[in-house]
Amino acid sequence: MNFDDTPQEAAFRAEARAWIEANAPKQYQDELAKASLGRFTLAGANVLDVAKAWQKKKADAGWACLHWPKEYGGRGSSPIERVIWQQEEGVFGKLGRMFIIGHGMCGPTMMAYASEEHKRRYLPPLASGEKVWCQLFSEPAGGSDVAGLRTRAERDGDDWIVNGQKIWTSGAHYSDYGILITRTDPTVPKHKGLTMFFLDMKSPGVEIKPIKQANGQSEFNEVYFTDVRIPDSQRLGAVNDGWNVSLTTLMNERMSIGASVATGFPELFDYCNDLVIDGAPAIEDRAVRAKLANWAVKASGLKYTAFRSISALSRGERPGPENSIGKLVAGSMIQEVATYALDLQGAAGVVSDPAHAEVEGKFQAMLLRSPATRVEGGTDEILRNIIAERVLGLPGDIRVDKDVPFNKIPTRGRG
Amino acid sequence: MNFEFSDDQKQLRDQARRFLAEQCPPKAVRAVLEGAAGYDKALWQGLADMGFLGVAIPEAFGGAGAGHLELCVIAEEMGRALAPVPFSSTVYLAAEALLLAGSDAQKQAWLPKIASGAAIGTLALFEGPGNPSPRAIRLGAANGVLNGVKTPVADGAIADFAIVAARVGSSGRETDIALHLVDLKAGGVAAQTLASVDPSRNQAELTFTDCKAEPLGAANEGWSILTRVLDRAAVLMAFEQVGGADRALEMGRDYALDRVAFGRPIGSFQAVKHILADMYVAATLARSNCYYGAWALSTDAGELPEAAATARISATQAFQHCSKQNIQVHGGMGFTWEFDCHLYYRRSNALALALGSLSYWEDQLIERMRKKNAA
Repeated sequence: MNFDDTPQEAAFRAEARAWIEANAPKQYQDELAKASLGRFTLAGANVLDVAKAWQKKKADAGWACLHWPKEYGGRGSSPIERVIWQQEEGVFGKLGRMFIIGHGMCGPTMMAYASEEHKRRYLPPLASGEKVWCQLFSEPAGGSDVAGLRTRAERDGDDWIVNGQKIWTSGAHYSDYGILITRTDPTVPKHKGLTMFFLDMKSPGVEIKPIKQANGQSEFNEVYFTDVRIPDSQRLGAVNDGWNVSLTTLMNERMSIGASVATGFPELFDYCNDLVIDGAPAIEDRAVRAKLANWAVKASGLKYTAFRSISALSRGERPGPENSIGKLVAGSMIQEVATYALDLQGAAGVVSDPAHAEVEGKFQAMLLRSPATRVEGGTDEILRNIIAERVLGLPGDIRVDKDVPFNKIPTRGRG
Repeated sequence: MNFEFSDDQKQLRDQARRFLAEQCPPKAVRAVLEGAAGYDKALWQGLADMGFLGVAIPEAFGGAGAGHLELCVIAEEMGRALAPVPFSSTVYLAAEALLLAGSDAQKQAWLPKIASGAAIGTLALFEGPGNPSPRAIRLGAANGVLNGVKTPVADGAIADFAIVAARVGSSGRETDIALHLVDLKAGGVAAQTLASVDPSRNQAELTFTDCKAEPLGAANEGWSILTRVLDRAAVLMAFEQVGGADRALEMGRDYALDRVAFGRPIGSFQAVKHILADMYVAATLARSNCYYGAWALSTDAGELPEAAATARISATQAFQHCSKQNIQVHGGMGFTWEFDCHLYYRRSNALALALGSLSYWEDQLIERMRKKNAA
């Protein structure tokens, strides 16, 4: 048992470190270090521009999407090298946030299902950040029940005509392409009538409306499709096999380990070191310590659970299901941490104005953004179902709509 | 990075699991729980014969000289099987204290006997309610004899020797405390078994009356040695707790698969699934923290104090949570004497209090993190 690099890993780490040292946008280092959930700004710069520039620079030097094959814009690195890169990239990795869906989900799906020609055409600019991709899955009628989606695609010669609406599409407003799951046969049970495509987000008939979130920001969008034409050549997988294609996409989420989930703990620990209550540092208070210790061991548990997965990768194994607990634990934890940080501030905790609030209103922003973490990318409840069914082997839910043709499934709860 | 036990260590774990499945079924735990023996003597000798008691004791002192990672995997299996033997008192506490601070003669006198199963050891630290603190120690040492009362002492009534924390000064500093080695069979000690929440392990009050004792380690270093012993034991105990947590989770899972209500296995209800998923989360976080502790223990890393507290808190929470929720999943049957759920519930709560309780380790963890941060 050790944390040491192998000689090859050490050499890779040294090379990565030297390149980052010479090339990273250091002028943003301090601000990036301070960025936390619900608070990510760079003074005098547009985050997307800075992110794209850093991604392009990495791509030109062969440091983008490391685990992708070289011909698709990657480096052909091993999974463990990708983890080492993430460790070395440190706070600059936060700039990769707007590429997570494209690199983590759209790219792997394209790699598994797109034609060779399309892979060579679309993947390198996706890797380099010149083109941003989004994932069009959730719908008003299908959130956790994503297979309940209603957006239709109907065959018209060599094309498909798409009509319907997606929702909660992260980054659609700055995306160039998207992968889209549609219903192509409503007369069969819901999982069996779906088909996946990719499309140009500038296609005629695509309309993007940012959602104003409960915290006042807008990261997600509604996307409307009105008679949008998609060539059949942009179909991913077989007609009506879209559910299986989507599982490939979602499985790749689990592979993106090493990208640590924010817990809020480091921020709270620092804050309790600095905050003075009744003339003494908050961290000397036993009640504060008990709270901190409980969160400390969770944060540590997540860190070393990731290390166990990294070890599995290092041995050439596929990571197990342990990593699926990350967002479940971190999501509710960051909400509790933010709530407690405000509690420590007393009545002043209500102030979020960065010019007046404690630590520039960091915890207030965290508090207001945190409910979304427990919902996006699988709710806490869906994640618990996944652990119970796929890890512990408990029976699936009894699904009353499983064998019913999609167009016969009831759509309203009352009346 | 290799943050995993080796194949040899995994083989050792499998060997220990098979041995304990045969030699320590739940009925063996019940025999101690309901009897007066205090521990399972045949099992204790079997563990010695397998080489498990001396796995981390150097060969020069009669052990296998393997190491602490090997001890961690065995500890996990002991917890899983709820082994009703004085393993933690003897191996995590007494042997570790001897290895850390014993003279060559002291090591020669006791370590081979531990490895062979001929001697049971323990640590006599607590004196009534409260967590480890030099101020809480009143039992005095003067002129080579001890006078005072220690309670509770885990496995106190079945132990052959004890490491005793005694007061030798009154300056109010940690240096007032010195460790002593006492042969409990040599007279001067009266042991009284106390009823406890987990009778599958002995708890006793030891009264020392002009009891002969020899110093263990330097007189003014007692507390610092003790702290190091507790840290090392905390990692090992955490493995024991994680073993118990995993088994409680499995019991709950198996019951949810078998038990049918409302025409379906209760494990198909989300309310039950979510209980079990949360048990899995707690056990997984604890296991990962334990691995960190194992690494720090086996390499004697500077991170050990922090890693030990982390593993200890996490594993305490996980075992308590899993054993409690296992009863909930079982419903009324979980509260019967015949079902094994209460054995795990009892053990989880007893282990939570050994070595200092949760609130003690929480305080220690943050203090240690704060010091590291300031450095």
